[in-house]
Amino acid sequence: MENTFAISVTVNGTPYQRSVDPRTLLSDFLRYDLGLTGTHVGCEHGVCGACTVLLDGEPVRSCLLFAPQVDGHEILTVEGLGTLDDLHPLQEAFRETHALQCGFCTPGILTTLLPYLEENPNPTEEEIREAISGNLCRCTGYQHIIDAVKLAAENMNP
Amino acid sequence: MKPAPFKYYAPTTVPEVLSILKEHGYDAKVLAGGQSLVPMMNFRLVQPAVLVDINNIPDLSYIQNYEKGIRLGAMVRHSQAEHDSQIKERVPLLHETMPQIATTQIRNRGTIGGSLAHADPSAELVAVTTALKARFKIQNLEAERWVPASEFFVGLLMTTLEPEELLIEIEIPGLPSRSGWSLKEVARRPHDFALMGVAAVLTLDKKDRCQSARLVYLSAGDGPLVAEEAAALLQDQEISEDLINAAAEKAATEEIDPGSDIHATADFRRHLANVLTRRALAEAYQRAKGGK
Repeated sequence: MENTFAISVTVNGTPYQRSVDPRTLLSDFLRYDLGLTGTHVGCEHGVCGACTVLLDGEPVRSCLLFAPQVDGHEILTVEGLGTLDDLHPLQEAFRETHALQCGFCTPGILTTLLPYLEENPNPTEEEIREAISGNLCRCTGYQHIIDAVKLAAENMNP
Repeated sequence: MKPAPFKYYAPTTVPEVLSILKEHGYDAKVLAGGQSLVPMMNFRLVQPAVLVDINNIPDLSYIQNYEKGIRLGAMVRHSQAEHDSQIKERVPLLHETMPQIATTQIRNRGTIGGSLAHADPSAELVAVTTALKARFKIQNLEAERWVPASEFFVGLLMTTLEPEELLIEIEIPGLPSRSGWSLKEVARRPHDFALMGVAAVLTLDKKDRCQSARLVYLSAGDGPLVAEEAAALLQDQEISEDLINAAAEKAATEEIDPGSDIHATADFRRHLANVLTRRALAEAYQRAKGGK
């Protein structure tokens, strides 16, 4: 069934026009069509949270959206946070506290936390655990991630 | 590519959706929030030839007061309902339910109408709308009809929706004065599918006796499971701990019909139902007494 769909989408501030097969998942569109491989693909059915991106500022599972659905919208991926030379304070805090080992879950956790910390500048440990409850990490046991979020909250709201 | 190929439509009005559905019948699937449908498509458990995306219809995302309660457009997202002050005030059970549904990322996309049309018996909204006696507005190209929640869910992932019909609106009446409510559930991990859950609604008369009671279970059968005999035990009685225990025992051992799977045995689910019913009724009773 040949049927393509033309979309315009802004990703990390850059506008893109592409023609896609409608069954292309947003996660695959970002990785294969745009080469933005920072968004990781884990379970591909909405459980693990690794593919979380911001759609118009809200965290969503990019594996549960089809590319045509983001036509006319704005996406932020982990590549939009900071650069190697100029990390986002959240990324800096993850590095500082050793909040990642293999790093597979990290992009999804960072994109989940970015809007969360803007709305909740001083979360308690319990609130942080709730905030990342939609993101699985199999390395850290979460403790260092909690530490990172606390540190980031301090640094971002001194 | 995970899902099988499909033809994609993104209509912007309800009549457009209805005419596409009429044309394609059983070959078409409606894409609302996609938080249940897309996983099933990724696994190719569902392979619709035609996908009708209704996310571009702005008129289906309203939350309105009406004299008896709240009306919700079918495309109201979980996160929108979760933070809505009218819902908090007028349908507090729904307000308390929202954060218990799935994770933030899922709630940002998932819709009330989508969850109801999907009719997963472990979905909180399926049990809660049944407990609150909600009714649903359904349209096809020619007509509309209203269906009460008690008749809408007809089996495992099955509703009375015909292929050419669309769920448009959910109408949830508020509770009478002197009513209390509670939703209790147990899941292995926060926000995961509940192994067992119960929505309780209780209304007291002037003498503090039970004027009406409703107990609706999730993950307890093929659809929302209404424990009528347990509720009948409470009817016209003064609520006591013994009575609550008796109702919980009746519902858990005689009325619900939970299955065994990798997550829990049926026996364990019955045990959970018993404990959760006691907690839910106790909380609903306290709230009913408090709210004159």
